[in-house]
Amino acid sequence: MIPLQPPRRLIDVEIDGETVRVPEGSTILDACAAAGKDIPTLCYGDTLTPKNACRVCVVEVEGARTLAPACSRKAEKGMKVGTDTERARQSRKVVLELLGSSVDMSTTPRAAEWVEEYDADPARFGDDAATVEQPAKVDNELYVRDYSKCIMCYKCVDACGDQWQNTFAIGVAGRGFDTTISTEFDAPLTDSACVYCGNCVEVCPTGALSFKTEFDMRAEGTWDESKQTETTTICSYCGVGCNLTLHVQDNKIVKVTSPHDNPVTKGNLCVKGRFGYGYV
Amino acid sequence: MDLRFRGAEPSEEERAAVDALLGPPASAWDGGSRTEADLRFAARAEAARDQLLPALHAVNDRVGWISEGALEYICRRLTIPPAEAYGVATFYALFSMKERPKRVLHVCTDLACQAKGAESVRRRVEDHFGPAGTSWHESPCLGMCERAPAALALEAGTPPVAQVYAPATPDTITTMAEAPPSSNGSTPSVKVTGETPERAAVPQAGQDGLLLLRRIGTVDPASLDDYRAAGGYTALRRAFDLGPAGVIREVLESGLVGRGGAAFPTGRKWDATARQPDHPHYLVCNADESEPGTFKDRVIMEGDPYALVEAMTIAAYATGCAKGYLYIRGEYPRAVARLQHAIATARARGLLGDDILGKGLSFDIELRRGAGAYICGEETAIFNSIEGQRGEPRSKPPFPVEKGLFGKPTVVNNVETLVNVLPILERGAQAYAAAEPKLFCVSGAVERPGVYELTFGATLRELLDLSGTTGTTRAVLLGGAAGAFVTDLDIPLTFEGTRAAGATLGSGVVLVIDDGVDLKSLLLRIAEFFRDESCGQCVPCRVGTVRQEEALHRLSRRVDDDDLVLLREVGQTMRDASICGLGQTAWNAVESAIDRLGVFR
Amino acid sequence: MSYDRLTHPLVRENGVLRRASWEEALERAAEGFRRNVAKHGPNCFAMLSCARSTNEMNYVGQKFTRVVIGTNNVDSCNRTCHAPSVAGLSAVFGSGGGTSSYQEVEDTDVIVMWGSAARNAHPIFFQHVLKGIRKGARMFAVDPRRTGTAQWADLWLGLNVGTDIPLAHAVAREIIHSGLHNEAFIERATIGFEEFKESVEPWTLSAAEQVTGVPAAAIRELAHAYARADRAQLCWTLGITEHHNATDNVRALINLSLLTGHVGRYGSGLSPLRGQNNVQGGGDMGAIPNRLPGFQDILDPDIRARFESAWGRPIQPEYGHNLTEMLEAMAEGEVTTCYLIGENPVQSEADSLACVKRLSMLDHLVVQDIFLTKTAQMADVVLPASAAWCEADGTFTNSERRVQRVRKALEPPGEARDDIWIMCEIARRLGHDWAYDGAEEVWDELRALSPQHTGMTYQRLADLQGIQWPCPSEDELEPPYLHGRLWENDPSKRGMPAPFAVLRHSPPVDLLDDEYPLRLTTGRRLDSYNTGVQSSGFASPLRRGETIELCPEDAERLGLTEGEEVRITSRRGSVTAPVYIDPALRPGLVFMTFHFPDEVDTNSLTIEATDPLSGTAEFKAAAVRVEKLVKAG
Repeated sequence: MIPLQPPRRLIDVEIDGETVRVPEGSTILDACAAAGKDIPTLCYGDTLTPKNACRVCVVEVEGARTLAPACSRKAEKGMKVGTDTERARQSRKVVLELLGSSVDMSTTPRAAEWVEEYDADPARFGDDAATVEQPAKVDNELYVRDYSKCIMCYKCVDACGDQWQNTFAIGVAGRGFDTTISTEFDAPLTDSACVYCGNCVEVCPTGALSFKTEFDMRAEGTWDESKQTETTTICSYCGVGCNLTLHVQDNKIVKVTSPHDNPVTKGNLCVKGRFGYGYV
Repeated sequence: MDLRFRGAEPSEEERAAVDALLGPPASAWDGGSRTEADLRFAARAEAARDQLLPALHAVNDRVGWISEGALEYICRRLTIPPAEAYGVATFYALFSMKERPKRVLHVCTDLACQAKGAESVRRRVEDHFGPAGTSWHESPCLGMCERAPAALALEAGTPPVAQVYAPATPDTITTMAEAPPSSNGSTPSVKVTGETPERAAVPQAGQDGLLLLRRIGTVDPASLDDYRAAGGYTALRRAFDLGPAGVIREVLESGLVGRGGAAFPTGRKWDATARQPDHPHYLVCNADESEPGTFKDRVIMEGDPYALVEAMTIAAYATGCAKGYLYIRGEYPRAVARLQHAIATARARGLLGDDILGKGLSFDIELRRGAGAYICGEETAIFNSIEGQRGEPRSKPPFPVEKGLFGKPTVVNNVETLVNVLPILERGAQAYAAAEPKLFCVSGAVERPGVYELTFGATLRELLDLSGTTGTTRAVLLGGAAGAFVTDLDIPLTFEGTRAAGATLGSGVVLVIDDGVDLKSLLLRIAEFFRDESCGQCVPCRVGTVRQEEALHRLSRRVDDDDLVLLREVGQTMRDASICGLGQTAWNAVESAIDRLGVFR
Repeated sequence: MSYDRLTHPLVRENGVLRRASWEEALERAAEGFRRNVAKHGPNCFAMLSCARSTNEMNYVGQKFTRVVIGTNNVDSCNRTCHAPSVAGLSAVFGSGGGTSSYQEVEDTDVIVMWGSAARNAHPIFFQHVLKGIRKGARMFAVDPRRTGTAQWADLWLGLNVGTDIPLAHAVAREIIHSGLHNEAFIERATIGFEEFKESVEPWTLSAAEQVTGVPAAAIRELAHAYARADRAQLCWTLGITEHHNATDNVRALINLSLLTGHVGRYGSGLSPLRGQNNVQGGGDMGAIPNRLPGFQDILDPDIRARFESAWGRPIQPEYGHNLTEMLEAMAEGEVTTCYLIGENPVQSEADSLACVKRLSMLDHLVVQDIFLTKTAQMADVVLPASAAWCEADGTFTNSERRVQRVRKALEPPGEARDDIWIMCEIARRLGHDWAYDGAEEVWDELRALSPQHTGMTYQRLADLQGIQWPCPSEDELEPPYLHGRLWENDPSKRGMPAPFAVLRHSPPVDLLDDEYPLRLTTGRRLDSYNTGVQSSGFASPLRRGETIELCPEDAERLGLTEGEEVRITSRRGSVTAPVYIDPALRPGLVFMTFHFPDEVDTNSLTIEATDPLSGTAEFKAAAVRVEKLVKAG
């Protein structure tokens, strides 16, 4: 028979003074969602193990020496969490400034909104502040890697690696500010282990990885999300039954994603499902 | 795994270096030649990711750099994706992925050496060898601060050679010493030249009443018999009498706290690990001593290596570990050689391995070398490094006692902490607690730099009276780059005392700054150190350390209040929101210099 | 090459296809059918329905065949891949679907991938396998080549092509002799064990090693791991089914599950992986010659009566022709007209030249497709259709029997029209005034007739992200695995016992000899699909065109270097292709795909030796020789 899920205990957590009840094992972020709090996140991915690298989701946990990343820290019974304390806001502000001053966040959803909300000023570090600016890597016809937009969230590496695709075409190389996402010896993708599943593109939170169609349309100024529709259908390339969400602009498919909560794909596709739409 | 390779082939030498470590390949699928049987069935290779760092060392030691062919061969042997192995190899400063000369000189330009004229050595090297980057590098602290300024040349070969220049002078730095012949005919893993006797680092050597330093300079560090004649292995015998729970009780009652900087009670850590139902348990000795100005662990390992082996055995016995890893920083060739010898001889005498001393204890130690990454001294980064991952800290919780090395309960202690267990068991917890010893690494503007052992409670002034000072003491950097500057010499050198003074004992660094030192350039060096050693994982540290250094550059040219505010905000965010201690402390010294020394007033 | 979409109807005039209006094309299509049926009776008509199109289209297609024409001659391309799985599974369990769901692969203890290169051919299914491996499952790969799948295995067994039955028998014998068979399950839920036991007795480990080439110890390890596992999944693909004795191969694997009780429980089961998006659904919808919608047997009078009363027309009480029989009947002149929807047999069938010849003997061929394929170029009428998966509404059924919604995202190009609209228009011209107000109306008609789909309203399919059949109730869901009944204590609930099959080893028909010394096997690559018609439309950086892949030792022996163009010759045909050296192969074994038929017609080499039970051809085993090209002059 179908095994039952192990029973989950419920625990009470205090979020900004309000008590919420969540299953044991939930993160603070889960508890915040239950309490209706909107915590900014960048490196968090709903299909991936939290990496808590960006630190934009930090909250203040009573009794803790440092701030805690909401995305990965497990909620504990009786924990008192402040999501909007001066210290947490200040850290988020500076983290947004540090990111905004070093990375091109122009295509990061909600980034501009948060910069305003937290009164962040990325320009304060001056014109000479070091950035990760570099030319976009366009080495194949399917997707583009524009690492001047990369915040080093590790999500692409996790999606390519042991969490989903298990292809391991890319890794994190170097150290410190010079850390990059890289193939071995920085080889072009076409000479790497990449199988073009695009599952890295699916999880990229900033647009550093994008469909070549999107990259080109943005370059020529025709990319317009307000004119796009999203329709979820089923891939026709094999019998597995992967769910595709087709992003259509002017009756053309401009991008393909997959629902992250789908039992078949969990947000993942292969090269045919993701990019093989050219014939329609 | 269906790995994809780009087809680069290893040279014979590279292949031999890897095979010497791993043995010959088992099948065609992991790098051997194709046999008929290989084409009919294949079993999954045993997971051996943790051999990645040793394999990279093997190639780097023999050839001097890691070519794509060598990396691919390592990946085939260990079933590791090349992109991941590349990411690991590029994490460590001692590895090069580009061809370079076999001999590479590392010139320390860090705090203690800077205070002792490293700049003139550096300039001479630059004149002689050209710009830094291939045949020589500027190095973070080499842990030879008592002989500052220091340099270390590493030359690939069979065996590799390490030549120490300490103190280095502009005249000697360009000379190469002939490696001494091996004394017993065997090939050591590394030949070390240019070293000085161990006792030179211990001004108190031979004095009565020392607990931790008593054997250094008086006992042959290569002789197990000498060690036993000097009281060695009485503590382990005592431990067997007490039983594991009894050992933990003694350590708890002794009040011993970790000497790595965080000052967590060692007994509690051991107790928590021992109680974990998940198995196996691991012991990790953190000998990745890299905090600028720190060299006490090196001195212990070089001068009294068996003490560490014995202490690890006791820790393993108490906490139920069958396997211990001793992770020594890569820039400590003599410590590596001494401990390799100590472990091998202890094993030969039944003091490691199965049924130690006939008491049924099974325990062995595997020595691992770091490869030039300060962050690997962080207690969870060290796990990742041993496992063959990038040495990035993990987020806590879960804590190591619960999920540590290979995801198993792990007790991780640094060298000084562990060797304190010997006098605790020899003397009993109460006698130990009555006169608890602490080691200090005294360097900078002093007459007799070196490792000093004092009883907790002595003041900074008493320590400096022992070492003597030179020039006019302006400030003392306590605790290293992650510590703070103090000017009050009467603060008691205890965890509480230093904390009350807004500083930290940290790793026991006492770097004396006289008025001849350029504080601004010292701060810049600190900022550069953190920027250089940040692993890059979290934003506050990765970008924050860069912004801190940039602001300090601006401030050393022109003091600007906005930049001071900026430094403070960035510093506070690094402290509040970084994943690990590196980012959390990267602003400490700068903050104290601004607030207490008025450096940018 | 890449194909352009068809944007308007075409009709043949004076031997060439020219543009036509919809009215003219539909009229011509209907007229040809009418004429032939009037002359020869309904069984001169054959429909090939599209395994890539929706369930709704397939339902209407088979209904068109049975109601408008009045024959059971309807089949689809699952003949070329998975008919043996359906035949084998339904013979044993009464139902042709895979018994397990993807999630169970993640939760199982042992996974056997037998003749399945899922890493490349079914990448997202393989992600579930990888999850299972990461959670501690042991995986075994049985494949002549050391594929990407095999490289993930705990143990890879590189058997000789076409020796699956000896291997399975040796595994079975080892399990029995080690006392690891599940006696309780065998006793309560199966029949024929004694005969089976006797039949595998000759297949000792060493006898199997002789025939399969796999060392005895490896066979033993597989046997013990599979039998000892608390849960085990047995998955296969075309490596099992594209053989002349494919149904026997499938039965040999099913035997192992019966022997160990690895079926009918959560985490234990049998998973054939489907090659096309709706192969499962096409069969479920009755677009096969022996079943009515809901996989209901056409010979059952009660079932037939229900459909006859719903459709208002008698149904022939006999099986129609399957694809292979249709092609033969064309050669015999019995089938004279064919309505071919979204199929490209000229390039997908083994022995493609023979197929061209047979199609060319038809009096009237109507092809409905989105491209002007090689097959469409032979048609009398070409009808431009919409692409089912993105230009139509409906449902597909995947390999885990999950029915999922397909939604229209794009307008079809030019005058291309929806499949169902086209069929209804032809039906109307043949006297059946059909009209469906959208796919949901078709689906609801099907739900009323097929108990296993009854509970699947469109709304529920959307809410639950698909539902696995059977789903007889709108209020409940069944377990994700099939045949739990076999474990029931009450014999009346247990139903029909599952029979063991007594099988004989039959080596590949195309024998190796001095003239044709190399075994050619075929398969799929990650970035390409079947005959390449769809997948040629995107610029895959992985694509390297057709090659003949051989092992380093053979390349050296033949003096070949990578990239060199060589001639590959079988007893049926000859092609040239560049050499690609692949260490995953061993001496004597060469590999090609069939993705690039316009450049290299691999199927002119393959043999049309078909499985008598399911009609699937032996794509996986041809005998060839490889020769250096001699430069002219």
